[in-house]
Amino acid sequence: MTNALTQTIKNFIMTEFLPGENPDELTETTPLIRGGILDSIATLKLVMFMEEKYSVSFEPHEVDKENLDNLSSIVRLLQSKNPTVM
Amino acid sequence: MGAGLHEAFIASARQNPQAVSVVEPGKGAITYGELDALSDRLRDRLAQLGVGRGDRVGIYLRKSIDSVATLLGALKAGAAYVPVDPGAPAARGAYILHNCAVKVVVVEAALADKLGAELERLGATPAMIAVDGRQNGGAGLRIALDVADAQATAPGAETVPSLPSDLAYILYTSGSTGKPKGVMLSHENAVSFVDWCSEIFAPTAADRFSSHAPFHFDLSILDIYVCLKHGATLVLIGEDIGKDAPRLAQLIADERISIWYSAPSILALLAQFGNLPKHDYAELRQVLFAGEVFPVKHLRTLCELLPSPQYFNLYGPTETNVCTWHEVPLPVPPERSTPYPIGKVCSQLRGRVLDQHGFEVARGSQGELCIAGPGVMQGYWALPEQTAKGFFTGEDGTAWYRTGDIVTEAEDGCYTYLGRRDRMVKRRGYRVELGEIEASLYRHTKVKEAAVVAFADEQAGVSITAFLSSRETQRPSLIEIKRFCAENLPLYMIPDQFTWFDSLPKTSTDKIDYQRLKEMR
Repeated sequence: MTNALTQTIKNFIMTEFLPGENPDELTETTPLIRGGILDSIATLKLVMFMEEKYSVSFEPHEVDKENLDNLSSIVRLLQSKNPTVM
Repeated sequence: MGAGLHEAFIASARQNPQAVSVVEPGKGAITYGELDALSDRLRDRLAQLGVGRGDRVGIYLRKSIDSVATLLGALKAGAAYVPVDPGAPAARGAYILHNCAVKVVVVEAALADKLGAELERLGATPAMIAVDGRQNGGAGLRIALDVADAQATAPGAETVPSLPSDLAYILYTSGSTGKPKGVMLSHENAVSFVDWCSEIFAPTAADRFSSHAPFHFDLSILDIYVCLKHGATLVLIGEDIGKDAPRLAQLIADERISIWYSAPSILALLAQFGNLPKHDYAELRQVLFAGEVFPVKHLRTLCELLPSPQYFNLYGPTETNVCTWHEVPLPVPPERSTPYPIGKVCSQLRGRVLDQHGFEVARGSQGELCIAGPGVMQGYWALPEQTAKGFFTGEDGTAWYRTGDIVTEAEDGCYTYLGRRDRMVKRRGYRVELGEIEASLYRHTKVKEAAVVAFADEQAGVSITAFLSSRETQRPSLIEIKRFCAENLPLYMIPDQFTWFDSLPKTSTDKIDYQRLKEMR
């Protein structure tokens, strides 16, 4: 269920990095790193959250703009690591 | 040996050409001899493109063996190098390169079109050497030079014997007027600092130096040139891993780093998230930090986890590089919460504490720290007025650089940092002029007023809030305003919080009331 997964990560980003923002503004394609929402420390927090919650491990070269710049690419990367995550 | 910053490296290369000079962990490495030869080839190409003594060469590359060879090549050609952050908006990079009129830019191939377009918009057309950033071990630059040679060989040139007063590099820092300003550093400025490091840290060829700071940040001067002077090995830490505490902790152990130097913020992250006890840091003998105040809470955690190395708090603006230093006595007492002093002035420099009229204050009183000596910059590029404002001339004609930092001096000559006299803050070691953020926010069509305020933050050291009012009832969303900032400012300058008002509070003279904004948190 990709939707539940997307929603969980979206909730984390909304609570941690966009408090007070209207959730409708954050879509699956909103640029997170290029858009200044995730800085390096925020990205580290997001990666640590996902590693813990979904029992996956990210390589340093994966933690970049290409893989983590929006919700849909984050979900894609997560699922490529652990197809059973929901 | 001559006065050039690159000459100690050349001497190391002659002495031990087989030794490894620079490592890209997991990717590649280069020996002293190979790095010398590669930077010679770039020198020849730069000379063929018309670069000579007194010119500038732009470096728009991610940190790599290619970029180390490029800055050495530029110095050998007699030029000053100008390192620009390839991760910041291209328009900002183009502004910098145009501002100091670089003759050549060595650019990462994937970024060349975008940078070229921005430069052209400004009417600048420097020659470009495009380097494939996907190559490792110096192959990117080597291939770029092979391609250029295939079209027309660059005749062998001589390494230019630099004078002490020749510029070695220009580092751009945040400018209060909304544009970055270029700090001009000479060979003498850099070499006097490197020699001081030799005296204090006593490095040897067996040392392995971290290169954590990007090359547009002045911490890189110690990393690169102290390491290469002593025939040691420089371990390049890329941006991807450099901010990722658990992996960085692993890398420091795997690469057997013996001298570490970074901003405190990354050390605080390592202490909190690095799982340091998992690794073996037997080789780590010195931990140096500079660029901002290290919150004692995190420093204590770090020193408890890693009790063996010596810890040094180094202080200094880009204009002087490190000018005071303090070895932190271990252990850090559990009850201590006040930050450590910035320490004593370095032996090659002189320090004074002056009041606003330029008179020396009584020892123990507050005043502005001013520095004189061979480490002090020549000035700001093409900004004579700002340069003049940056200095105070002493009775004997000595030019004292005014750091803008308010300090007190203790009986033993140790300085304690208290704050700034202006609106500059340090964030993750970078200088941030709050006025530059405001100037950018004012460029947003919906922003009517912008006031940016920094608050102390235990976790991050400093947090930045933008107070804004809008011309329209429909205010930009948080996502929209963050994206706008990301397009116009480096990431470290984007405010943490945005607070909207119908109209910002005003003083009786109708100026924005910063005092009230500071109380609003």
